[in-house]
Amino acid sequence: MPSLPDGLVVVAKRECPTCTLVEPLLAELAADGTPVTVYVQDDPAFGRGATRVVDDTRLEHSYALDVEIVPTLIRVEDGREVERTYGWHRGDWQRISGRAGLGAALPEVRPGCGSLTLEPGVSETLAVRFGKAKFASRAVEIGAAEDPEEACFARGWSDGLPVIPPTRERVLRMLSGTTRDPGEIIGMVPPDLAPCTVEKVAINAVMAGCKPEYLPVVLAAVEAALIDEFGMHGILCTTMFCGPLVVVNGPIAQAIGMNSGVNALGQGNRANATIGRALQLVIRNVGGGRPGEVDRSALGTPGKYTFCFAEAEHPQWNPLSVERGFARGTNTVTLFAGEGVQGIVDQKSRTPESLARTFALCMRAVDHPKLAMAGDALLVVSPEHSRVFFDAGWSKARLLEELTALLQLPGDEMVVGAGGIAEGLPLSMKGTRVPKFRPGGIQIVRAGGSAGLFSAVIAGWAASGPVGSTPVTKEITT
Amino acid sequence: MNGPTVLLDPTAELAPVARALSARPPSLDGKRVGILDISKARGNVFLDRLDELLQARGVTVRRYRKPTFTRPAPVELAQRIAAECNLVVEGLAD
Repeated sequence: MPSLPDGLVVVAKRECPTCTLVEPLLAELAADGTPVTVYVQDDPAFGRGATRVVDDTRLEHSYALDVEIVPTLIRVEDGREVERTYGWHRGDWQRISGRAGLGAALPEVRPGCGSLTLEPGVSETLAVRFGKAKFASRAVEIGAAEDPEEACFARGWSDGLPVIPPTRERVLRMLSGTTRDPGEIIGMVPPDLAPCTVEKVAINAVMAGCKPEYLPVVLAAVEAALIDEFGMHGILCTTMFCGPLVVVNGPIAQAIGMNSGVNALGQGNRANATIGRALQLVIRNVGGGRPGEVDRSALGTPGKYTFCFAEAEHPQWNPLSVERGFARGTNTVTLFAGEGVQGIVDQKSRTPESLARTFALCMRAVDHPKLAMAGDALLVVSPEHSRVFFDAGWSKARLLEELTALLQLPGDEMVVGAGGIAEGLPLSMKGTRVPKFRPGGIQIVRAGGSAGLFSAVIAGWAASGPVGSTPVTKEITT
Repeated sequence: MNGPTVLLDPTAELAPVARALSARPPSLDGKRVGILDISKARGNVFLDRLDELLQARGVTVRRYRKPTFTRPAPVELAQRIAAECNLVVEGLAD
C-alpha cells in the first residue's frame, strides 16, 4: 500500500445511492486546487470532477484503509490520515473539507452503504491477497490443470470420500471460529506423535466440511483424543474394530445444529458428520495414522469415517456430561472407543424392570457372550424407551445400578469349553459370579427420534479401561 | 486476478511436498515387465530390442499397444497392465 495522497480521499462505489448523491460535490471540492482522490470499488467511470480516480476493483486501497461504509471521506496531510467520516453527514463533510457551504442543497444526512470489502467471504480473500493472513503450514501449489479435489486424493489427504480443498481463504474463515492462537500446539498426535497446532486442526476441519462455528467442538475432541487414558494410539493400531466416537453435551449442540433426534447415529447432519470426520482426518493427516500402515484393524467399522452425535438431554435424566462430573449446561465432548451400533428391539416391555433385563441381555453380546471385563459399553436409550424409566422414576444412575446387578453373570456358562465353545473365561471362574463390565465400564446416553421402542448398544474396545482406553470428557471452550 | 490454487498442507509435513517416485525394484527376478507401445512411428523398433534384451535375461515380458499416441491410454488397458505386470516401460516421445 503506497502512502496516502495528500488532500481529500473519497472511497465510493457506483451502486451506492449515497455515493452517487455526493458525486456532484467532487468537482466543487477540487475546484480550489485541493487534490481529491477517489478510490472506486466497482465502476472506474465513477468520480467525475475529482482530481484523480483510482480503479480499486481489486479493493487493495479500500482494504488497507479499513473502509467499512461508503462513501468514506478522509483528509490526508503529509501522507497521514487526519480525520474521516462515512456516509453523508453534511456537517462532517463541511468540517473535514473546510467548505462551509458544501452540499447545502442535499439532505442533511444519508447513511452510506456497506463497503465491498465486507461482502461475505471477501475479507478472507483480501487478507490472503494482500498478505495480512499468515500461515505456518506449508503452502502446496497445485497445477493449473489439476482438479483441487483430485489433488487432495492424490496426496493421500482423504479418508476415501472427497474433501473440501483447504485453501488459505477457507482456513482463515475456519480460524475465525475460535479465539485461540493458530500457532498454539494442542498436543502430539499419534501414531507419529507429531505436534498439532490449532491451524492444523482448522485445515483438517475445512477438509472435513466443518463450519467455523464447529471448530471449538473439533478442537475439544482432538484435545480429548490426546488425553493419555483415552489411548488413541492403541485405538488406531489395534486389529479390533474401534474408532473415536464423540458425544456432545450442552447448549452448543443445539446452537450449531447437531442432531440428537431422528437418525442421530446416522447420516444427514452436517455438524455430526463433519466434526467426527475432522477428528479422524487429524489422526490420519497430522498423526500419520492410515489403514494398512499403523492402523491394523482387521475389519474396521463405518464409524471410522465419522461417529459423532449429541445427547438428547432431558430434565429427568442427568446428561452424560453431568454423570462425568461437569455442571449441567457445560459444553463438553466425551470420547469413547466405539465399535458399531447393535440395535436392541423391545416393543413389549412397559416396566423398567423388564426393559433393564432386555438391555442387560443384549449387552452380554459385547465382544462375546462368554467374555467379561473386556470391552466397555455405551448404551444409547431412545426417547420411547427412556419414557418407561421416567414414568417409573428411575434415574440414569438407578438404571446403571440395576444393569450392573443384572450383569453379574454365571461363570459356569462362560468358561472355556462351556456350551461346546472353546472361547471363554478361564476355568478358575467356574462356580463364581462374573461382572460383565469393569466398574465404570457402562456409559448411558439418551438419543434418537420420538417414535421407535428401540435402543442401541455400542461396544467399546475389548481393551477397555487402564489397559487400553478409558472414556474421556473435555469441556468445549471458545 | 486468479493465481495458482494454493492449498495448506494438512499433514505434519514429515514428507516432501513433491511426491516421491515409486521405489525401483532391487532386481527383475520373478517380475513381469509390460512394454507399452504408444503407437508412435518406429517406437516398436526400440521396444522390440528392449523386449529381446529383457527376455535374454529371463524376464517375463508382455506387450501392449495404445490405439493412438494422441490420447491417454484407455482405462481398460491401463487396468489390464496394472493387473498383469509388476513394472511397465512406456516410451513417451519420438
